Amino acid sequence: MARFILRRIGLALITLALLSVLVFIGTQLLPGDVGRRVLGPFATQESVDALNARLGTDRPALVQFTDWIGGAVTGDLGESITFAEPVTSLVFNRLGNSAKLAALAFLIVVPLSILGGVVAALRRGKLTDRIITVGGLSATVIPEFVSGIVLILVFAVTLRWLPGTATAPRGSGFFTQVRHLLLPAITLVLVLFGYIARITRAGVIEALEADYTRTAILKGLPRGRVIRQEVLRNALLPTIAVVASQVGYLIGGLVIVEVLFSYQGIGQLLFDAARTADFPLLAGGVLVVGATFQASMLLADLAYSWLNPRIRLAT
Amino acid sequence: MTVPTATRSQRWRVLRRSAAFWVGAVIVAVWIIFAIFGDFVTPFDPLGTPADVLNRLEAPSGTHLLGTDELGRDVLSRILAGSRQVLTVALAATLLGTILGTALGLLAGYAGGILDDILSRILDAFLSIPLVITGMLALTALGPNTLGVIVVIGLVFTPIIAKTVRAAVLSERQYDYVTAAMLRRDNPFYVLFVEILPNVSNVIIVEFTVRLGYAIFTVLALSFLGFGVEPSIPDWGLMIAQHRGFLTGGDWWPVLFPALAIASLVVAVNLVADSISQAFE
Repeated sequence: MARFILRRIGLALITLALLSVLVFIGTQLLPGDVGRRVLGPFATQESVDALNARLGTDRPALVQFTDWIGGAVTGDLGESITFAEPVTSLVFNRLGNSAKLAALAFLIVVPLSILGGVVAALRRGKLTDRIITVGGLSATVIPEFVSGIVLILVFAVTLRWLPGTATAPRGSGFFTQVRHLLLPAITLVLVLFGYIARITRAGVIEALEADYTRTAILKGLPRGRVIRQEVLRNALLPTIAVVASQVGYLIGGLVIVEVLFSYQGIGQLLFDAARTADFPLLAGGVLVVGATFQASMLLADLAYSWLNPRIRLAT
Repeated sequence: MTVPTATRSQRWRVLRRSAAFWVGAVIVAVWIIFAIFGDFVTPFDPLGTPADVLNRLEAPSGTHLLGTDELGRDVLSRILAGSRQVLTVALAATLLGTILGTALGLLAGYAGGILDDILSRILDAFLSIPLVITGMLALTALGPNTLGVIVVIGLVFTPIIAKTVRAAVLSERQYDYVTAAMLRRDNPFYVLFVEILPNVSNVIIVEFTVRLGYAIFTVLALSFLGFGVEPSIPDWGLMIAQHRGFLTGGDWWPVLFPALAIASLVVAVNLVADSISQAFE
């Protein structure tokens, strides 16, 4: 187990190092003259040179990279051009907002999709199963800006049940905030439901067909107890891994959902950084997103191996 | 040389009997026809004329079946013409990724060792960042252009497809026909591309259809966010982005109809991809 954990952490670190090189290439080498890209074709050469000197982008690439990565390790990702604030605090503030939205989405989707997956598996091949499987797949593949805009049209514009923007007025209470987050969260739920339900369904079907389940049935245990004790316990293992792995998707989906519902989260921040060619903010934000993803995958693997005795007890 | 598989005809039989496959295939075919022949069927000029501004934001009627947009352009014509943009860009990106990925996967599976390890790490690094964000970053660096969208999506797909092809090659290597070819000291490229490639083609077809779905999604998401398309080209994602502000005023048609077009295309492509992977795996 200890060797497994160490190896897994080592792999995550190698991947992060590689990612930082890719991000550096994308934000500091690919644009060519960074100062020119930021200020546009009509800026004077003096102001471009001044900006390059301020950003440090007039130095050799290797010096820039070691400087940037050295700062990143100590938590200093430089300063944003448009916000004139340290990138680190900006990114983590917004990450907190996004976490609220993501938490609400997960709170809704996890019980719902596990229930859906179990029901589909128990009614395998029947109409209920088809509806959950095909409906889930369709909802999963429809882009967030399509399902989100339909939700806004129906629930915010026509029925006027829920607000169409995610940001609650300053100083509003907990429930007002949740009400504002409901439509964006449901948009994310629509995408996530199909994946999680599908994996749950596959896991339950596999467990239903396993020898231990047959033994339990043959030994005369009641059906409800067989399902709770034998089937679900084994079937939900892969589901846990999938739920955690969806964090990566979630951050990509957040860009679209946050822009659509004008919510001040990490997705909107990356979008603004890209639109204004704010390269230090973009680089720092993407690196933090990648690190968050790696950390959540690491936790998923650890949780999976801890819950699975076949891995936990192996040396 | 191909190994005759008894299951090949069975696979197609499974596919032919799948209702989901047919529904998806017909819808995709209709959009492809519009993408090719759209110019002949659009009732109005999708790019609009200066005089159109007089009819801005007209509700659906007998003249304009799906209404007009903020510049008075016919929404139906723009939707029909817009299928070309998304389909060509997504198809080109997926083809690029499939060709590069297949070549890389064949080499990695055949050579093994260090190339394999490098491939896995690069794949992990790419996958740590959602494709939409990678696209935003690259297009900010390169400046907005359609070619950039194709290259970025294709390059991200490359290691993903390479990894799948590599796994298929590894399982193919155990067969006698590969051993025989290697003992004959055939040119490795001959063994790879003439002997092994036809036998892993199923895997490649599955990967291609699944990736095409992702590519369509990413192309539309990027155009919704305003990256990678020129504003004059009719584009479904851009149509939604430009008109979503009008929703609160009750002008829903320039937003809802492109949204339905997107939904029909992505669901159809994924129904096809899903049926193909179920039949082939």
